[in-house]
Amino acid sequence: MDKLNNQAVLRKITARFGEQITIPTEPAGLLTFETSKENILGVLGFLKEDNELQFNYLTDITGIHYPEQTLPIGVVYHIHSLINNVRIRIKVFLEADKPAIPSATKLWEGANWMERETYDFFGIIFEGHPNLVRILNVDDMTVFPMRKEYPLEDPNRVDKKDYFFGR
Amino acid sequence: MSHNHPVYIDNDPQNETTTLNLGPTHPATHGVFQNVLEMDGERIVSGVSTIGYIHRAFEKIAEHRPFYQITPLTDRMNYCSSPINNMGWHMTVEKLLDIKIPKRVDYMRVIVMELARISDHLICNGILGVDTGAFSGFLYLMEEREHIYEVYEEICGARLTTNIGRIGGFERDFNDIAFAKIRKFLKNFPPILKQFETLFNRNRIFIDRTSGIAAVDPETALNYSWSGPILRATGVDYDVRVNEPYSSYEDFDFEIPVGTTGDVYDRFIVRNEEMWQSLRIIEQALQKIEKEPKGVFHADVPEFYLPPKEEVYNNMEALIYHFKIVMGEIDVPKKEVYHAVEGGNGELGFYLVSDGGRSPYRLHFRRPSFINYQMYAPMSKGMLLSDAILNMSSLNVIAGELDA
Repeated sequence: MDKLNNQAVLRKITARFGEQITIPTEPAGLLTFETSKENILGVLGFLKEDNELQFNYLTDITGIHYPEQTLPIGVVYHIHSLINNVRIRIKVFLEADKPAIPSATKLWEGANWMERETYDFFGIIFEGHPNLVRILNVDDMTVFPMRKEYPLEDPNRVDKKDYFFGR
Repeated sequence: MSHNHPVYIDNDPQNETTTLNLGPTHPATHGVFQNVLEMDGERIVSGVSTIGYIHRAFEKIAEHRPFYQITPLTDRMNYCSSPINNMGWHMTVEKLLDIKIPKRVDYMRVIVMELARISDHLICNGILGVDTGAFSGFLYLMEEREHIYEVYEEICGARLTTNIGRIGGFERDFNDIAFAKIRKFLKNFPPILKQFETLFNRNRIFIDRTSGIAAVDPETALNYSWSGPILRATGVDYDVRVNEPYSSYEDFDFEIPVGTTGDVYDRFIVRNEEMWQSLRIIEQALQKIEKEPKGVFHADVPEFYLPPKEEVYNNMEALIYHFKIVMGEIDVPKKEVYHAVEGGNGELGFYLVSDGGRSPYRLHFRRPSFINYQMYAPMSKGMLLSDAILNMSSLNVIAGELDA
C-alpha cells in the first residue's frame, strides 16, 4: 500500500462527513481541521475504526483559549496512525459559558487523565467522563488557570511592590 | 479474601480491608507520588493515584517568557534526561521558524541525547535492582552516570538541569576534553553494562521477582496511549526516532528492541538493550562528525541565535541582534507546530501555538510520564504491594515530568 498522505486522509474523511469538516490546513505538514462537538465522537470513532486509516493512537488532548472569538474555548486532539505513520490534529471550539464536549474515554482509556487535565486548566466539561475532577491543581480551586483572563501572578500581592526593589 | 472464593462467603470481620497511603514521601516510591490503596492483607483491592504535588504551572509560565527562556523550564520536567527535553524544545522552535540545522549540529545533538537516554535508563534499571533487593548493580552504574554528567559539564557547565544548547544549535563547540570524555565513556561503559547484565539478566532470583509481574498486552498499552520502553516491552515497535526521524536520526543504523510480555522483566531487558543501541548511535555519530566541516556548532540564524558577548560589545550588527532577540522584536510566524522526540520515557511532545509574539500563545507538553502513569492504579488491582512497588520503578515515572 502506498503511504497514506494528508490529502488521502482528508478526502476520505470529507467523503464521510462532508460539511462537518471545516478549515482544513497543514501547518508544518500536519493535517489540521475543525469539527463541531456534535460530530467529534463520530469523527474520532471513524478515524479509529476505519480499516485503511487506523488512527489507533491518541497522542494528546489539550485545550486552548482565544478570548476574542465567539467560540473561545478550543479542544485540540492529536491522533496518530501508528500503522500508516500519519498524525492529524482535530479542533473543536466551544462557547465560553459552561463549555461541554463528549468524552473520548469510550474510545481510548488513555483519554481519561488528558481530559481531566484539560478540565482542570480550562474548565471544559467532558460529558460521560468517569471521574471528571481536578488532577494537578488543588481540589478547592475555583478558577481555571490556563484561561487567558487569569494573570500569571496575583496582581494584589504586597510582597512584590516596585519600591522593595528600588524601582 | 471473600471475593476470590465464590463458593465460600466469608463474614469474618478480620477480613475487612485496610486503607494504606503509599506516598507522597514514601522511600520506595522514588519521588512525590501518592497512591491511596485499599488493601486486603498484602493484596491491593483498589487504588487511587493523587498527583500534582510538584505542579509548577510551566505551561502558564511559558506563555509569559520568550522562547529561549523556556529551555530551563523543560530541564525540570524529566530531570534524569534533561538534554532530551531541552533539544526537543529547541527543535520545536526551529520547526516553527523553519530553521535548517547543519548536519554536524544534528550529530552533536544526537550524541548528547543518547548519553541522556543512557543516563535515564541507568537510573531506572539501577533502581529496579535496588527495589528487588540487589544494591550492588545500582552502585556500579551510578559511577558511569557520573561520567555522563562530566560530559554535560564539559559541554554546557551544568550537570543535572543542563539548559544545554540554544535555538539553532549549541552555545559553543565541543572542546577536545569533551570529545575525549565521550570516547573514554564509550570505552569504559560497555564492560560495566555487561557486568550489570551478568548480575541480573539470568539471575534466578531477579527473574522470579520480575517475570510475569504487571504484564501488559499491546492492545491495552496502546489503548492507554503508552509510549517509550514500556510500550516496546509489550511488543509494539513504536519509536519516534524511527517513525518520525528528527535531528538526522535517519542517518543512523540502529535497532528498536522490543519485548514480548510487557512485564517488569521485559521492560528491564528493553531498557538495557536500548543502552547498547545508544552506544552504537554515539559511536556512529562520532565518526560522522569527523567528516563534517570543523567548528560548525550552530545554524546561521543571527535573528534567533544570541551572538557571543564579545561580539555584542564590539560589533554593531551583533549588538542590534542581541537587542532585538532579548526585547523580542523579531517577527515569528503565526503558526502551530507539534514536535515529538523520543524521551527517556516515551514520546515527549511539544504543542506550540504562536501568535507572532515574543512568547508562545499556548504551549502544551505531552509528557510521557503523565500519560503512562494513569494506568498504574487500575493495573495494580489484585497485585501484591511489593509487586506494585516494582511496577512503579519499572514505569520510570519522574515526578517532575508527571506534574510539570
